Amino acid sequence: MDLTLVGQGLLNGLLFGGVYSLTAVGLTLIFGVMRVVNFAHGDMMVWGMYLAWLLATRLGVDPYLGFVVCAAALFAFGLVTQRFLVNRIVDAPHEMQILLMLGVALILENAALVAFGPDPVRVRSALTASTIWLGPIFVDVARLVTFGVAIALTLALYLFLTRTDLGRSMRAAADNTYGALVIGTDVRRVYAVAFGIGAACVGAAGALVSPILPFQPSGGLAASVTSFNIVIIGGMGSLVGAFVGGLLVSLAESLGAVFLAPSLKELVSFSLLVIILLFRPAGLFGKGVS
Amino acid sequence: MKLLGAGAIAVLLVLPAFLGSYAITLFIFIFFYAFLGQAWNIVGGYAGQLSAGHAAFVGVGAYTAAMLSLHAGLTPWVGMFVGGALSACLGVVIGYLGFRFGLRGFYFVLLTVAFAEICRIVALNTEAVGGALGLYITFTGNPRQFQFQDNRVYYYVALALMLSATGIVAWIERHRFGVYLSAIREDEAASEALGVDTFKYKMLAMAISSFLSGIGGTFYAFYLFSLQPNAVFGIPLSVEIIIRPIVGGAGTLLGPILGSFILSPLGELSRAYFQAAGWSGAHLIVYGALLVGVVLFLPEGAYPFLARWLRRGRSGG
Repeated sequence: MDLTLVGQGLLNGLLFGGVYSLTAVGLTLIFGVMRVVNFAHGDMMVWGMYLAWLLATRLGVDPYLGFVVCAAALFAFGLVTQRFLVNRIVDAPHEMQILLMLGVALILENAALVAFGPDPVRVRSALTASTIWLGPIFVDVARLVTFGVAIALTLALYLFLTRTDLGRSMRAAADNTYGALVIGTDVRRVYAVAFGIGAACVGAAGALVSPILPFQPSGGLAASVTSFNIVIIGGMGSLVGAFVGGLLVSLAESLGAVFLAPSLKELVSFSLLVIILLFRPAGLFGKGVS
Repeated sequence: MKLLGAGAIAVLLVLPAFLGSYAITLFIFIFFYAFLGQAWNIVGGYAGQLSAGHAAFVGVGAYTAAMLSLHAGLTPWVGMFVGGALSACLGVVIGYLGFRFGLRGFYFVLLTVAFAEICRIVALNTEAVGGALGLYITFTGNPRQFQFQDNRVYYYVALALMLSATGIVAWIERHRFGVYLSAIREDEAASEALGVDTFKYKMLAMAISSFLSGIGGTFYAFYLFSLQPNAVFGIPLSVEIIIRPIVGGAGTLLGPILGSFILSPLGELSRAYFQAAGWSGAHLIVYGALLVGVVLFLPEGAYPFLARWLRRGRSGG
């Protein structure tokens, strides 16, 4: 095996991992705070991509600036979804929560299908064509910027959760909802903001990958499964786990793409999911779902 | 109640004499999806194990019967049971992994989705079963090949499937097995503490459910004459299977049938209507909205609600 190819694969995997981390951090935040699994996570990401595409094609906004708008739009969407739908089933059995989120996922995916059609599209960015050579390995500038922004956003979220009052009360609500209520936390507000931030993460992530990969409405499920993989590997509800897990899964996938046929990439991620579910459902950093 | 049931069956038996061909097609879909919903109901409704990958069993059954018919000349009347048996094997494997490793709720959903997707990707990449193009069955109209010139025969076959699955579920409901399944759904730890072998009964429910779904696969293959991996193994079919019993009332005998009588015409008509408008996929938005609505406003499904309403009407009058 050509070492350059492996090195290139590792670098691409690492750079793509930033987006995976950002997506998974959003999912794990939602789960950690209200114990709801966001089955519509991947479909929200697809909407982030299409919003970036709309901004780029209609208004000429580069996705590396447009991601802020996408994040804000998805934040509002998450807030509204939480207030009117998720909030009503926070205490319902898991099955009911899953069905509700499955319903939201169906609506999002097929609304994208009706609005944008089934064919893959791609967003042009000023950065897409430029590369930097490091000896035999090349660095795609778009991927590098995507990675940098994704990591910066993840760090900003971490600081928000550890340094601000709202962020601290979010972590309090995640640790012990009842205790947080007792000390006077506005849990309803915390839930809504947490869902909004989770959605904003995945909206920004969608916008950030839109110049790198072509996408289509049906891609939501695969994106959701990738996030589930990462979050379960990292441990449900663990922010650090989601961050590290995102980088790990991305590295594993791009190595898989080097050694296996590209059509089998999806097979790898679903098989990985089965193996993780069976042998390490609590993940590397987590305690699992009770 | 028995009289009502017998009357309804009698009406369904004579109905084709009065229906046009499009209406008969609608009824075939109603019966077929009620059958699949009833099969799902055993494990998803009664036992409360939310499988979101039942398309895998339909697909394995469909591919098995079609391959046996195309390459070994075996009549689908036998092939359907081979397909059912293979689906049951897959169901037992998934059930064993899920139940032995204690996967519940979200984790069990993911496991079933993962298996269905793995089946889909394997079928897509296996040239021996037609790859992405899938399998095509030439229409001969030979009843030995499960093919009928007259649409009404499919009507009766689908009706028979729905009634036999409902008969099986009625039997389960009346026996200890059904009581155990409901106990597992309501409180698994408590039923285990009371000495119910929860693993055994969940496995049994999964095996019966996947066997029946596999038989449904044969009907699918020899009614539509074509099989594509994305269609028979894909998430949309799993959603079609789940949504009827959920809307009608999961874990009730008549829920899947009621759900199918509500949703199959709605699904077919909205699909045709939206497709004519160039909006393919729009009917799935309707499904999504229905799922959300049922969870929020009618979590038990339509049948328990309807039954209560009828009872109140009777006692009031």
